[in-house]
Amino acid sequence: MPEGGSTAKKFMFVNRKAPYGTVYALESLEVVLISAAFDQDVSVAFLDDGVYQLKKGQQTKGIETKNFSPTYRALEGYDVEKLYVERESLEARGLTEADLLVDVTVLGSRELGQLMDEQDVVLSC
Amino acid sequence: MKFGILVNEGPYQHQASDSAYLFCKAALAKGHEVYRVFFYHDGVGNSTRLTEPPQDDRNIVQRWSKLAEEHGVDLVVCVAAALRRGIKDDNLAPGFRISGLGQLVEAGIQAERLVVFGD
Repeated sequence: MPEGGSTAKKFMFVNRKAPYGTVYALESLEVVLISAAFDQDVSVAFLDDGVYQLKKGQQTKGIETKNFSPTYRALEGYDVEKLYVERESLEARGLTEADLLVDVTVLGSRELGQLMDEQDVVLSC
Repeated sequence: MKFGILVNEGPYQHQASDSAYLFCKAALAKGHEVYRVFFYHDGVGNSTRLTEPPQDDRNIVQRWSKLAEEHGVDLVVCVAAALRRGIKDDNLAPGFRISGLGQLVEAGIQAERLVVFGD
């Protein structure tokens, strides 16, 4: 825990839900973007159906919903560069790193769990 | 301990708001500080004074207002999430205020623990 406000806190945003069907993914991405303005140590994790948020080639015209997936590619411009994807979640859905629209670090659930343990703040939905 | 609280679900549909409220009550009773309660996603539904539950049920919105009145707890509703769901200053219950997501990140920085109540 940083003292005196001089050191950044470690924030991790955990995404567990599919990009469409509910508004969680879209609204959670908003928090990630805002947090980038606070000079904190931000990372974003994708697991369970949350891995679908990063799937290439999303087409939303048929459900008349905004395709917000290009925003994940903009995260780098906000200095949000630590993106983690759980290996087991990818494998269970027949996906590989090549199916994703941004560069990520793929971690096993145990390693991802350790990383979560190191955070000051974990925001999950 | 200084707590920040995040409520991500609406009242009645989901237990998250009840659990968050009971957690706040218990923490305050033990002498802890609740730095802020932030309402996001459908959690913004906890803040509308138009809510009218049946007489024999708990009034979740008034319960939050009372917590703010008695303990000075800062109840903050996300503006973008609120406007999307028809909540604005006109129908905001006492004790709540509408502000930006920066208030959530700031709560994460200032509080010793940020506790998330949601699905």
